[in-house]
This record gives sequence, C-alpha cells and structure tokens, in this order.
Amino acid sequence: MHYGSRTTVGFAEQRIDAVEKSTGNVKYLGDKSFQGMLHAKVATSTEAHARIKSIDTSEAWKVQGVRAIVTGKTFPFPIGPILADRPPIAFDKVRYYGEPIAVIVADHPYQAKQAAGKIVAEYEPLPIVNSVEQAFQKDAPLIHEQSGQYTKLIDNVYPVPGTNIASHVKIRKGEFGKAWAVCKDTISATYSFNLSDHAAMETRTATVEINSDGRVIVHSTSQSPFTIKKIFNQFFNLDVGKVIVHIPMLGGAFGGKGAVQLEPLAYLASNAVGGKLVKLQFEREEDMMTAPCHIGFNATVKLGVNEEGKLIAGQYTFLIEAGAYSDQAAGITRAAALDCTGPYHIPNVWCDSYCMYTNHPYATSFRGYGHPELTFAIERTIDQFADKLQMDPIEFRLLNVIKPGQTTPTQSILTPNNIGDAAKCMTRAKELIGWDGKQPIVSENGLVRAKGVALFWKTSTTSTNAQAGAILKFEADGTVTLTSAAVELGQGTKTILAQIAAERLKMNVSDIHVTMEVNTQYTPHQWRTVASSTTFLAGNAVLAAADDAIRQLKRIGAVALQCSEEDLDVGNGRVYIKAKPDIGINIETVALGYKYPNGHTVGGQVIGIGVHVQRHLTPMDKETGFGDPGPWWSVGAQAVEIEWDESNYHYKIVKAVTVLDGGTIINPMTAAQQMRGGIFLGLSIARGESFEFNEQGVIQNPDLRTYQLMRFGEQPDEYIVEFVETPAEDGPFGARGIGEYGVIGAAAALANGLSLATNVELTQLPLTPELIWRTRRAAYDPV
Amino acid sequence: MIVSNTGKYTVVSLLVNGSSQDIMIRSADTLLCTLRNQLGLTGAKQACGNGDCGACTVLVDGKPMHSCLLLTMEALNSGITTIEGLRHSPVRQAFVDNWAIQCGYCTPGFIVNGHALVTEHPDAEDERIEEWLQSNLCRCTGYQEIKDAIKSALNANNLLDSNGIDTAEQ
Ligand code: FES
Ligand code: FES
Repeated sequence: MHYGSRTTVGFAEQRIDAVEKSTGNVKYLGDKSFQGMLHAKVATSTEAHARIKSIDTSEAWKVQGVRAIVTGKTFPFPIGPILADRPPIAFDKVRYYGEPIAVIVADHPYQAKQAAGKIVAEYEPLPIVNSVEQAFQKDAPLIHEQSGQYTKLIDNVYPVPGTNIASHVKIRKGEFGKAWAVCKDTISATYSFNLSDHAAMETRTATVEINSDGRVIVHSTSQSPFTIKKIFNQFFNLDVGKVIVHIPMLGGAFGGKGAVQLEPLAYLASNAVGGKLVKLQFEREEDMMTAPCHIGFNATVKLGVNEEGKLIAGQYTFLIEAGAYSDQAAGITRAAALDCTGPYHIPNVWCDSYCMYTNHPYATSFRGYGHPELTFAIERTIDQFADKLQMDPIEFRLLNVIKPGQTTPTQSILTPNNIGDAAKCMTRAKELIGWDGKQPIVSENGLVRAKGVALFWKTSTTSTNAQAGAILKFEADGTVTLTSAAVELGQGTKTILAQIAAERLKMNVSDIHVTMEVNTQYTPHQWRTVASSTTFLAGNAVLAAADDAIRQLKRIGAVALQCSEEDLDVGNGRVYIKAKPDIGINIETVALGYKYPNGHTVGGQVIGIGVHVQRHLTPMDKETGFGDPGPWWSVGAQAVEIEWDESNYHYKIVKAVTVLDGGTIINPMTAAQQMRGGIFLGLSIARGESFEFNEQGVIQNPDLRTYQLMRFGEQPDEYIVEFVETPAEDGPFGARGIGEYGVIGAAAALANGLSLATNVELTQLPLTPELIWRTRRAAYDPV
Repeated sequence: MIVSNTGKYTVVSLLVNGSSQDIMIRSADTLLCTLRNQLGLTGAKQACGNGDCGACTVLVDGKPMHSCLLLTMEALNSGITTIEGLRHSPVRQAFVDNWAIQCGYCTPGFIVNGHALVTEHPDAEDERIEEWLQSNLCRCTGYQEIKDAIKSALNANNLLDSNGIDTAEQ
C-alpha cells in the first residue's frame, strides 16, 4: 500500500464539475431534447385503496396529438428490485393515491397532460390502511392478498402471507430473555414518524426508444443504470446487452433515484408507439405523490444495564413503513436490523424488523438507508436512559461504545481495520460543541439554550457480489481518460476518482479527464451509486486499473529504454529508471505504443482496466441474522446546539457539529460539503418535513410551498465539520465511504437538544413548534 | 401585440442576453418554457413550476423573476438576462471558489438572484441577503457555502462594471 507523501489525495482539489455547473451549461436530462420525441404523462389514481372496475380512455383519445394510451392491462405483472410486488401501471387494484393507472403519449407535453385529465376510472373503494400501526394490527385490511406468491429477487426478504408484512427480518444474538431478567435497570420507549420526501431539486425523468433492431435506449436520472438493465431483462425479457442506459449528471438524488419506476413506464409507452422516443418527466407534484418517497417509521427500543451501567440487553421492534409496495423498504428493513444497536456493544440482542405495507405512496432508499431513522430511536433512548441512571449522556455513550474485538448484531467481528474510532469522534464532538454538562441555560428573555448529541454507525449493505470497474485510457498526449459507471449526483465522485487515479499514476489531477456521463455500453459494470459505496468500490477499481496501466507502461518502456521492467518506475509524466531518474521517456511517447526511429512500433495504446468486488460478504441467517452483511463501518458523532423560545415554541439551530471517521479523506472540501449537506438534510427533515395524510390517505402537502424544506436563513448559524482518519487497510488510500453519513445523527441530536430545552421527551418527527406544544401540554397539562 | 390564444403559434421577438431573437409562442407559454424549448437556454430549470423554488430565476429588466410564473408575452418589451448571459459575473466565480455547488441544479437560479442582489444592494447585510435568497431552494449544500459565496462577491463588488451584465458573450 502506498502511504508515502501524497500529491493529490488528501488535498482540496477543485471539483471538476464546478465551473460548468456555474455557467448553466451542464445538460441534465430534462435539458436535452431529441428530434421527433414524444411526451408521456401519467394519469393517476384518485383512491388510496380500491378495486379498478373500469378505465375509460375514450375522452382522452379525443385530445389532439394523442398517439397512445397504455393501461395496466398491457403489462399486468408485478416488478420490483427485491420483492416483485408492483405492477408498473396499476392493474386490478390501486394501492395509493397518485399511483399510475394509465400512461398517455402525445406530441406535446400539454396535450398528454390534457388527455391524462380525461381518463375516467371507476373504482370500488376498499378499506384504507392509513398508518403503519394500523397495518400491523391482526384484523387490518389486506393490501397484498398474494404476497406469498411474489417472486423474490434477492435473499433476505420474508413476506408473511395473510398480513401486511412484506418482510420480517430477525436478529437473535446471545440470550436476550435471560439477560433482560437480570438487568439492574431498564428503559423502554416508542418513536414514530410519517413518510417524507427526497425532494431533489431535479425531478425524475426518463426517455426510452426502441430501435428497429430491438435495442432499447434508455436515458434516465437514475443512480442504478445496471439495475435498469437487469429489471428490463427480468421482466420484459430483453437481452441485457440490448438495453443501453445513459445517465447524465443528476440534479440531486439522496437515494430517491435508486428506484426504477419511470423507465418501465417509458418503455411501455415507447412500445405502444412503435418504439419512438418517448420522454416522461415528472412535475414536482408527481415527484412527491407518485414517485417513491422516504420511509415512515415506528420503533420500540428496550435497553437494560448491569450494575456498572453497561448495556447488556437490547430489544428493538421496527415497523418500517413501505407504503403500497416494498421496493427498497424491504432492504431498509434488513439494514436497520443488522445495525439495530447503534455503535454500542450489547451482548444480548433481539430485533424484529418489519417491512409494512400501507395505502400510502411507496418508499425507497433514502440517504442513510434506515440509519437516520434507527439512530433517532436509539439515541433518544440512550439520552433518556442516561437521565434515568443519573449519568452524563456522553459518559454513558463512551462507557458502552463498540470497539474492535467485539461483534455487531449479526455477529460480525470488528477489527481496527473495519471500523472507525467512535469514541474519538464522540470526544471531539463534545469539545467542539462545548459540552460542559450545564444545561439547559435559560436567559432572562425566555430563550433556552441546549445541546444534543448523537453517536452513529453504518455499514455499506451492498449485495454480496457488488462491484465496480474502471478504465484508464491513455491519450496521445500522455493524459488519461477515466471511465466508470459511478453516477455524479452532486457528491463529487468524479473528482474523487480522478484524484485516486492521479495519485497512483503520479500525475496531475488536471491530466485526468473523467467521463461525466454513464453509458452502459462502454462503462464497466457497477452495482449502483448508493450506500456510500463508490469511493470504496470504484476507487479500488481505479487503483487496479492504474496498476494495470503502470505494468503496461513499464513493459513498453523497458523496450524503449532497453532495460528490464523491474528497473522502471512511472511518475510525473515519465517512465524512468529508478536508480537513474534522469534516464527515461515521456509517457506520450509510449501512450499509443513506442515507435522506433525506423517507424516500427511496439505496444499499442495503454489501457488500464480494473475491477473491484466485495470480499467475503454473506447473506444473513433467516432465524438469527448471523452473517457478514457489510465490508466496514464508518462511525461518527454529531452535536447540535439550539435556542428555544418559551414564548412561542419556535427555535433556531445555532450550531451543528459533525465528526466522522470515514478512514482516509480523499478530498477534505468535498467531504466537508457532504457532511454539511448531510446534516442540513437531516435537520431539515427532522425540523419540518412530513407528508400529511387525510382520512382518505391523500397527501395534503404535495408541493414545495406546503411541504416545508429548510430555506436560506433557517440553516444552522454555524456548521463545524472535522474528520478522524483511521485508515481502512483495504480501502483506496485507506478510505471508507462517507456519502450518507452526515445525515445520520442529525434528527437524533436535534431531538435530544430540544427535549432538554423543553423539558419533555420528544419522540416524534418532525419537531415542529406545534409538536413541542402538544407534547408539553400532554405532559404538564393533561386534559 | 396580439398573440394567438388558440393552439396556434405567433412569431414575436424577445430581447435575451442583449440580442433580439425571433421566437414562436402560444399565449399560454411561460417565459421559462420559451427560453428552454425555443432558445435552448436551459440554464434556468423547472424544479416546481409554482414559484416555490427559484430554480427558474432570470432577470427581467434587471429584476430577478421566477420565469415559471411569467408568460412569455408579458416579457416581450423587456430585456431578459439568463445565467448564460452572466458568465463574467463575479457571483458566478464566487460560487465556484466557495464550494457552493454540488449537484448544480439550483445553482443558476441562485447565481442570477445573487447577481441581482449584489448589483442592487452592494452593501447588503445578513438580513437582506437572507430575505433576498429565501426564494431559492437548495437541497444539497446547507446554504452556508452559498452565503459565503454571496458575501465574497459583495466584498469584491467593486470589480463589477456599471450594470454587471456581460454582453460580450452571447
Ligand atoms: S420552477 Fe419557478 S420557482 Fe420553481
Ligand atoms: S447544489 Fe443541488 S440543489 Fe443546490
């Protein structure tokens, strides 16, 4: 491994996409238009749960410019990434308000929209399941009567037929029952919140065209180009090689663009018009109501300690609200289970994690994949327990923090190499927030200041064969073009990969040209751009490709310099003799092969190829959860200081601290961007974001006016970001993943601080002034 | 000016980034739609279509406006400036220098709005900056870097020419 003095890894190289983005010249998918393109629009369900009696398209057909109308009858089969339970267009039943019931194709978008408004569906209403708690009740109306018959696409999904449980994942470690009986003290608490939205500024878009030779060309705002190929292969019976997916840069994703929803719709639409290119672009309201959203959550946490205050037993019951279809919520159910304890050593663990159907829009992955949610429940419980035990909450955390040598809930053994230093993160966050145990502080004008902390962890739950590849193609001038299927969605991944390549090749990062778009026809396979996995997987692939290129450069260089390959080194644009660095040749003279003075040429173009695949990951045992689900755990601590106004229950966020151990930081500025953006997103959701449903299961706030994102001026007055860098031996230059981590502790830290300030235990999100008022009234002024 | 109120198109001319352009519009076309679909100026984005996000911000006679809420025919007698016309704005460079860009989708709207702020209120303090930029949403950055960018552009404001609008590169 190369830990010598570095020239670009660890440095704040400017993002390679920044200048072009600032000029407005970057073409996102919605900015591209294609000759002769048609436009699709979805007509959506006006019922949350109903049998479809009929769909009348006759009035819609009368709108000028309409070319096709597709309903669920065209393709009445369920699809899905984990459990195939969702027909792309509702068939027989609708299961949420806003679900597609027809797709209209027309010459212009406004014509398709007009026609969509003229689709008339007749429904037979069914009882609505309007909350995850209701869904869990024994006699709840069934949303999927056939869940036992759905095809499973991956391991570790266990529907319970005859219930609304789409999956039940269990963790059984140690002997929880026995340990619970001997605990010195225990606590139990329940938490909940509703579905919410990713609200990436760019709404989802897809185009599909089917060539006359059967090739299917997809352009999409997707984090999962190869999943689109897989799903088209599995469900539309298309050859994988005939499905070509293009992904431009994305205008934000946050996990919401990992789901495959629009592409099948656009495919069915294109198919209906003889393969012509059809574009389907969601407007904001559709992006919120029809496209997949962020899970809802209900958790009960029970913890027990021994005499010394050490946690010896933990029980966790998670109801993950999937909404109408399981999509990635089934995977989140598993991810939440396998990290259920948070970064604490607890020898006896019992966890039941349920993926629950309701008649709400369906959920998919969201930055953190179940961890911001479980961390909210765990860290609030830790704070309440510390209070009960009359311990300082940070001391209580440090006493129980997990360390190398101990095991995770799935009994994976932790080593200094696969987990960061959680205690160090906590201690540093404590200093940065100025924690002195004296709080809350009430000023004369009724303003209450308090600080809250949260400790968190997360592994990267990829499939066991998740992988990425990279190609480094040398140009005639000795510079390099880097190609991989890592999607640039704002996180800066292309810059990071360029730095990794430049470091290993000992080149300037400006001499690495990175292909910004993904085209599955020439980019190597990559699992997906999710799960904070890209720096690790694609970064390692880039290193392997660089090593491959270096071997080739030395081989050709040895011919040119008439020496053996072992004598040579590569760096600073040259291949040179190690012992005599002034004897060498410029890379450009070997990049396309070495040409002798007489014209004879040896070698040919240098093209480095590298692949990296996860090592030794295993599925989890069905009964106990035993297994190795992830390669490493990044850990961190966050702290928030708030100022709450007793007179009107409003509050502002004064300070937001993040300390993360993600191994070596490749680029401190893009990493800081991710941490600030992460805690901001987490705070925004925790503070004000939630879908509101009426009795009919209809979202009441499906737009950016009534759904409250944090606006300019409402962000914390100050963000502080620091990194602890415990290197991972098998990560590129020692890096683990960091992309999701900034978001994970935000809600928990905010809720902990606010609970202190307001002197009530806040157990729900979002933390609105109204929620605080209601909670206080219930505690102090029960009617 | 009479513009067809049916599905038919009428040819009109629009002054964008200093040059007059002939375009075909329907009466119902928004300025955002015309800029993007007729003129290929796709820097302004539609992220909500409701006036809630500011991604579509352009300058109309120097004033920042949500182009998703303006009909093209309302803008026929005005001068329009889009992000494509602000290549030399110090605000644009400040966004790059201050790491205020992640996915970049909100960026053109912020830069256009920020440019108007810096031009109209070269001495703007926090409160005005806040009020001015609340119309724009960003989901990636956490706003700190955007605030830093605006402040550094305000400080460097003396580099701006009188109207600050780049007419050299259209
Ligand atoms: S698109 Fe105009 S304000 Fe959002
Ligand atoms: S940078 Fe992505 S929305 Fe602002």
